[in-house]
Amino acid sequence: MSTAARTTYRECCRQAIRAALLADPRVFLMGEDVGRYGGCYAVSKGLLEEFGPERIRDTPLSESAFVGAGIGAAIAGMRPIVEIMTVNFSLLALDQILNNAATIPHMSGGQFAVPLVIRMATGGGRQLAAQHSHSLEGWYAHIPGLKILAPATLEDARYMLAPALLDPNPVIIFEHIMLYNMEGELDPSVTSVDIEKAAVRRHGRDVTLVTYGGSLWKTLEAAEALAQEGIEADVIDLRVLRPLDEATILDSVRKTRRAVIVDEGWCSGSLAAEIGMRIAEKAFFDLDAPLRRVCAREVPMPYAAHLEQAALPSSARIIATVRELLGRGG
Amino acid sequence: MSAKIRLDRARLLDLLRQMIRIRRFEAKCVELYQAQKIRGFLHLYDGEEAVSVGVLAVLRPEDWVVATYREHGQALARGIAMRALMAEMLGKRDGCCRGRGGSMHIFDAKTRFLGGNAIVGGGLPLAVGTALADKMQGRDALTCCFFGEGAVDEGEFHECLNLAELWRLPVLFVCENNLYAMGTPIAIAEAETDIAKKARCYRMPAEAVDGMDVVAVEAAAARAVEHIRSGAGPYFLECRTYRFRAHSMFDAQLYRTKEEVEAWRKRDPIELLARWMSENGLLHPNEREAMEAEIDREIADAVAFAEASPLEPLEELERFVLMDEVPQERLWGEGGAGA
Repeated sequence: MSTAARTTYRECCRQAIRAALLADPRVFLMGEDVGRYGGCYAVSKGLLEEFGPERIRDTPLSESAFVGAGIGAAIAGMRPIVEIMTVNFSLLALDQILNNAATIPHMSGGQFAVPLVIRMATGGGRQLAAQHSHSLEGWYAHIPGLKILAPATLEDARYMLAPALLDPNPVIIFEHIMLYNMEGELDPSVTSVDIEKAAVRRHGRDVTLVTYGGSLWKTLEAAEALAQEGIEADVIDLRVLRPLDEATILDSVRKTRRAVIVDEGWCSGSLAAEIGMRIAEKAFFDLDAPLRRVCAREVPMPYAAHLEQAALPSSARIIATVRELLGRGG
Repeated sequence: MSAKIRLDRARLLDLLRQMIRIRRFEAKCVELYQAQKIRGFLHLYDGEEAVSVGVLAVLRPEDWVVATYREHGQALARGIAMRALMAEMLGKRDGCCRGRGGSMHIFDAKTRFLGGNAIVGGGLPLAVGTALADKMQGRDALTCCFFGEGAVDEGEFHECLNLAELWRLPVLFVCENNLYAMGTPIAIAEAETDIAKKARCYRMPAEAVDGMDVVAVEAAAARAVEHIRSGAGPYFLECRTYRFRAHSMFDAQLYRTKEEVEAWRKRDPIELLARWMSENGLLHPNEREAMEAEIDREIADAVAFAEASPLEPLEELERFVLMDEVPQERLWGEGGAGA
């Protein structure tokens, strides 16, 4: 029996890419500073030396061109992994992602699939202010034709890439910037994961907390604190933001009869809004309390630490919201 | 340049026939549009036929074609079946895109025709990508990417010319300069209106050619593909042309004078070639009429086919949003490496 090794989320991302490059000659990594620099979050460090510049391609700062080139290369037989430094920069390639990657399979009447993987960092918490800190994955989850993944655990960081590359559709993987340094033991019994189902990370009977990505750990921390008060929460890690695993959410809500959705995106028009509406549409009569959300405050992310922390979802806000929902004033 | 093209009578007749075929196909499309059988936007290629016919004449089946929303000419010249094209125009199930694309989004995997792209400049990154894949897989193929001079205003133009030359990719960039980006003349959009010069700034060989002269276009394209197939990287062709009709179906054309349109009509690519061939005894009396009659029969057959084609059933509405396979690889064999 193998023993669990200490590792980081960043290292899991790197090992996932490395394994993919070793497994399939059609796979290559392309993006800004992925080669010589080693990736802006150091995910691809060492890969250029191992795989060479043909397969670890440094690109110019031309997001639209290299994302579109990834789409074209995927159509023409390769399995590209395109890295965009952060979701904030992906807006420069949004036309290619929406109007080509997500659209060509349908628009061509099913003649062309786009087996492409795009990875990007998302989220706030490092005082990078309003042009580097937003969580826009909910926008991408709006788009038919895309699959959207948000690995929150070491196992998902390590193993989601392989099925994403096998998928015939464009898959976008969002890695939260606050998770790269997360340390832990990679469960040696896990050697693969699915990219279809949500996971229940903690079981409880009183309330369902639905979340994903960087917010998972804040939510688990809140659930732990609430358990001290006798409030037991189901914590659902969505893992896949599109298509949503509705069944797992609804099963939990039907059991707990209460739900709070925790999402680092802005509240208005958010993924949290979508999940709340699905619960309202399909489990309204199972609810004992109004649906609640803990989202980012509706401001461009500020620089100063106290302002940024106030804008982001926090364990304290999650705890307060759950207490209020259960009528246990703090 | 050593690239030579055959200019025998049969070859010239074929170039003439292809241009007339596109012109008459589109004339029928206008009728069908007026009859409200074709809807949406319909961008006519009327006047620009020499560009697609001349360029695509030198391509091989294993090459890729990326075009714009004004792509009926490229589609026909590339060899997409007229029946499937017409059925697509009518939004029918037997259309090449099963009625999901329409006039602006023609796709055909068999001929490696990757759109039909209705975002100006949106096709250039795709072309860089197919060329990158071909190069990485060692396929002896190039990608021919058409775009208008309006695309030169877009960031993608500059990003993609740079990337294609930087990585020495087999891309033939073909700028169809018809002088107007919808209603915007190039002179009020570009500080530098010499487009080929912009390509040279990216260290790419570039030339401008008379886009109304199909023989000149074919000769230039032959030089271009010789350069690309030698492994020397991309090549840029600016084809100076003109569209005789509105940008789309409805357009008051306030942005240009009737005199300007008339002056360009005197350089109609079909009439230029037909006149030259007649003067040189290469187009016999009545030959053109016979050619046109044969084309009209093909068009009538395509229309009948399209009219008879069923509509895609509503149960299929969400099909192909998510795919369960990579169908182009099934068509070409594993890895897409087949020709």
